[in-house]
Amino acid sequence: MNLFLDALAWLADPAHWTGPGGVPTRVLQHLAITFAAVTAAAVLAFPAGVLIGHTRKGAGLVGAIAGAARAIPTLGLLTLLGLALGIGLGAPLLALIVLAVPSVLAGAYAGVQNVDPEVTGAARAIGMSPRQVVFQVEIPLAAPVIIGGLRAAVLQVVATATLAAYTADFGLGRYLFSGLKSRDYAEMLAGALLVAALALLLELLLAAAQRIAAQRITAPAEDTAEDTADLPEIPREKERV
Amino acid sequence: MRFGSLYRLTVTVLPMSGEVAVIEFESVSKTYPGHAAAVAEFSLVVPSHRSVVLVGSSGSGKSTLLRTVNRMVEPTSGRVLIDGEDVRERDPVALRRSIGYVLQHGGLLPHRSVLDNIATVPVLNGIAKREARTAASELLERVGLDPKLGRRYPGQLSGGQQQRVGVARALAADPEILLMDEPFGAVDPIMRRDLQEELLRLQAELHKTILFVTHDVDEAFLLGDEVVVLREGGVIAQRGTPAEILGAPADDFVRDFVGADRAERELSIMDIDGRAVAVDGSGRPVGVLAP
Ligand SMILES: Nc1ncnc2c1ncn2[C@@H]1O[C@H](COP(=O)(O)OP(=O)(O)OP(=O)(O)O)[C@@H](O)[C@H]1O
Ligand SMILES: [Mg+2]
Repeated sequence: MNLFLDALAWLADPAHWTGPGGVPTRVLQHLAITFAAVTAAAVLAFPAGVLIGHTRKGAGLVGAIAGAARAIPTLGLLTLLGLALGIGLGAPLLALIVLAVPSVLAGAYAGVQNVDPEVTGAARAIGMSPRQVVFQVEIPLAAPVIIGGLRAAVLQVVATATLAAYTADFGLGRYLFSGLKSRDYAEMLAGALLVAALALLLELLLAAAQRIAAQRITAPAEDTAEDTADLPEIPREKERV
Repeated sequence: MRFGSLYRLTVTVLPMSGEVAVIEFESVSKTYPGHAAAVAEFSLVVPSHRSVVLVGSSGSGKSTLLRTVNRMVEPTSGRVLIDGEDVRERDPVALRRSIGYVLQHGGLLPHRSVLDNIATVPVLNGIAKREARTAASELLERVGLDPKLGRRYPGQLSGGQQQRVGVARALAADPEILLMDEPFGAVDPIMRRDLQEELLRLQAELHKTILFVTHDVDEAFLLGDEVVVLREGGVIAQRGTPAEILGAPADDFVRDFVGADRAERELSIMDIDGRAVAVDGSGRPVGVLAP
């Protein structure tokens, strides 16, 4: 029969939706490792990106780190880390963090760096301290680009998190690996479909968040349409790099 | 009378001098790296509660001078004193919060509503947000704007409205000193006239020490108790009251700059039906002398 229909039949089978190896558990695991990797990458890279964007010093460093990290093949890194750390979640988590760092770093850096210097200058001139300029002006104005960086990181990680099953019984990748082993291609395809659906969902959510952040910068939430109807088009925030 | 004068009363108890909010420039020079001097050996006293206007063409160093007062620019040499104290001794953040500054290009924060823009400094100073917003709304009216505009964002206002908001923001923390850098530069002549009248009205009420920058001579003469004409490189060509400068330009540069020879400045009196009518150099009547 058609492989695609087989995969759908696999997904429709209630037996695959319960227990420790069931779809809900695997989806939650997949989300958990994605969330953990992106959060860790953000904790590491976000402050650095903001600082570099604020001081406008060390832009070359961002390029170098981002370039180098992007050039690392994740599977190779995972293999190396797996050999060093052994079986478990440690190796895939680290590899996914390395994968997420460049996007988060570039988003934070580019977002803050592109804030109009006239606006930050004005904020300083009326008496904001450097810290207040960063938290009250630069980060809010950079929010759409920062979220854009997170969005790119999440997409890469959620797709690549299938590799967690390489060294651990964890996440949706499990269906790919076990399907491959037992030549159950319907299970493999079902796993791939689940990953794609999850990626799509996260993408939609983060794109919406980005749009809301961009709107908040220039448009009042409470203002009624008739009140602003006669006003010129509000310039929209530029799309992220 | 007003809260402002009460505040001054307490300050005058301090030693030093009875005058407060006096700005003194002592041989201030500023050279940006790789450029000719933007300001050279500039000395000036801006007296307490008076308005002094710096007027000069583009690039004559007006903004640079203004920004030495709030330490946005550090002079290459010379000092700026406020009430006898070198501004370099002051914490820049505290200094800037104590001075109202209207920026040349508005400088509003695009992600904050008009009210929150105006309330920025009071909130930084620890005033409750609610209270600061109420005060901001009153300030909007004071600068001639509908308080309903307070909920809009700067990008939803016209250039003239933004500049009024800039003035309101500068007034929000009730500073004794106002620095105004071409605050009405971006608006059409009619609106400009409106804003100038409003500033005069405000100043008659508030008595701030104002250092005002413009490249428009008529604006300088209208708003300045004293006017300083700058030439290229931040050098003073002449300073005095508008009448002194117009009546006795120091040299050809000033005569030319203030248009002392322009036909509309050369008034003469004609007797028409027993009343003294003033006419300009082209014979156009401009007014009637008060009896
Ligand atoms: N940050 C800077 N770096 C280098 N040169 C500067 C800087 N700021 C100002 N200048 C130069 O210093 C001179 C004076 O500039 P300033 O902005 O004080 O003039 P201005 O009188 O305010 O002019 P405008 O009427 O156009 O605003 C100009 O030649 C300008 O190019
Ligand atoms: Mg200027």
